[in-house]
Amino acid sequence: MGSVKAELLRLWKWPATWVLIGVWLVMTLTFGYVFNYLALNGGTNTRDLSQQQLISAMQPENVGAAVVRGLPMFGGAIILVLAALAVGSGYGWGTWKTTLTAGPRRVSAMAGTLGALGIVVVLLVALTFVVNLGASITIASLEGWDWSLPGLGVFQALGASLLIAAMWTGFGVFLGVVTKGPALAVGLGLMWAIVTENLLRGVGSLLGPVESLTKVLPGGSAGNLAGAVGGSGAPGVLTDLSGTTAALFLVGYVVFFVGAATLLKVRRDLV
Amino acid sequence: MIVTTEKLTKRYGDRAVVDEVSLSVRRGEVYGFLGPNGAGKTTTIRMLLGLVKPTSGTASVLGEAPGTPKALLKVGSLIEGPGFYPYLSGRDNLRVHAARRGVGRTHVEAALEQVDLVGASDEKFRRYSLGMKQRLGVAAALLGRPELLILDEPTNGLDPAGMADMRDLVRALAAQGQTVLLSSHLLGEVEEICDRVGVISQGRLVAESTVDQLRGDTVLLIRADPIEKAHVLIEGSTLHGDVLHVRETDAGALVRTLVHADVDVQEVRPLRRTLEEVFFEMTGAA
Repeated sequence: MGSVKAELLRLWKWPATWVLIGVWLVMTLTFGYVFNYLALNGGTNTRDLSQQQLISAMQPENVGAAVVRGLPMFGGAIILVLAALAVGSGYGWGTWKTTLTAGPRRVSAMAGTLGALGIVVVLLVALTFVVNLGASITIASLEGWDWSLPGLGVFQALGASLLIAAMWTGFGVFLGVVTKGPALAVGLGLMWAIVTENLLRGVGSLLGPVESLTKVLPGGSAGNLAGAVGGSGAPGVLTDLSGTTAALFLVGYVVFFVGAATLLKVRRDLV
Repeated sequence: MIVTTEKLTKRYGDRAVVDEVSLSVRRGEVYGFLGPNGAGKTTTIRMLLGLVKPTSGTASVLGEAPGTPKALLKVGSLIEGPGFYPYLSGRDNLRVHAARRGVGRTHVEAALEQVDLVGASDEKFRRYSLGMKQRLGVAAALLGRPELLILDEPTNGLDPAGMADMRDLVRALAAQGQTVLLSSHLLGEVEEICDRVGVISQGRLVAESTVDQLRGDTVLLIRADPIEKAHVLIEGSTLHGDVLHVRETDAGALVRTLVHADVDVQEVRPLRRTLEEVFFEMTGAA
């Protein structure tokens, strides 16, 4: 518990935590509501979306889908950056050395970091939900739509969001530990999340095996889970796999990333 | 013994960075771990803290295996400069460290007071001077009142005033009975503060004893005329140019002997090797 408390304290007071959460909230509001609202009220190009589709996307009852659809790519990239910075920076600052000589076992120290990052990510998803819900209710009220609060299905979307967020967090932690620094971890992570998987999808249209592979890569699995729980209309959202299959792949990635990072942290000399 | 190592070795490939080092630190002493840069001091210390796993050999810290929670909670350390979060204040950094060590806020305030950082404790760590950063590192090491303090090159990068402050701090801790393992390549620092010294060179421990024992016996230097007659009169003396060296502590008796034999005694003074000379001799450094 001491390790989680220590990590929470330092993540809570870290400007980068709030800058990244803030950037994500602005992005999700802008792309999820502001642009759709402007398109609905006089936009000339609605990306082939009918008025009814735009209204539906902004309805409070669909807020779960609004939360999950941003996470496979851009939201995931932001979470990955946060995790990679949180873990990788410790090597440059020498704080891992301080942490590992403070008393807890290495596994406990790592669990503290993962636990605190987990809490921050749950907070990020919760804030995304609250902000999106607030925006959707505001728009629905302004427009005079009949609206209702989201049903129980929202928990499925939020659960999927948390699983996707956990996978990107694990990926960031893994890269931070492997590269022993923030810069390369963030660079490689962003490259993967935003560029590499998309390029592979492009190649996949020419080569069947590559196309099959892209569906189960980290971003692909996240996109398929988001698609399975109702997320649509955002980059990275796919509908090639069932929700269960995508979720199983994501659990596998979480276990692999967290397990490999912890194993490396425990076994590797800190020089 | 608070720390013992038995043939502790760390190899990277074919290169032995630490080679069969067997040292011992006693309770209540300030132990100087002396060696040139790259001699293996930091690697040895990292092995004592469990940050680096030995290739072979054993070590015991306060009766525990290095790096175990039982050992680490009784040890405070500052290795190769302090590692803190730059965006947190000094106090918050200590609070984070205290949470990991399972100690309360009162310990944080006490540690800040001990290193005289209370006034600057709310400033961000990145704005601290090097001296303040080192002192915060010592404060972190003191959290939880450890039985053993391991300080690796604590005066590195400090200006003369900062170095003096750090030496005073270590002296004050030693006066309170704190066991300190102090690694340094600064001979004056070790000579001034330490009770016992271990000298490491190219990964091997080449000597371990008190500073006095390392420096050896005092030799008397005698300048007299005629020097050859004095050389004959004083048994066991050795002639070095126009002076004699004698392993003898009773200078009065020697002078009386020479004066009675009509030898003109011009100078008699104790001659002792400095730790620096001993160190250069042992490590081959110059």
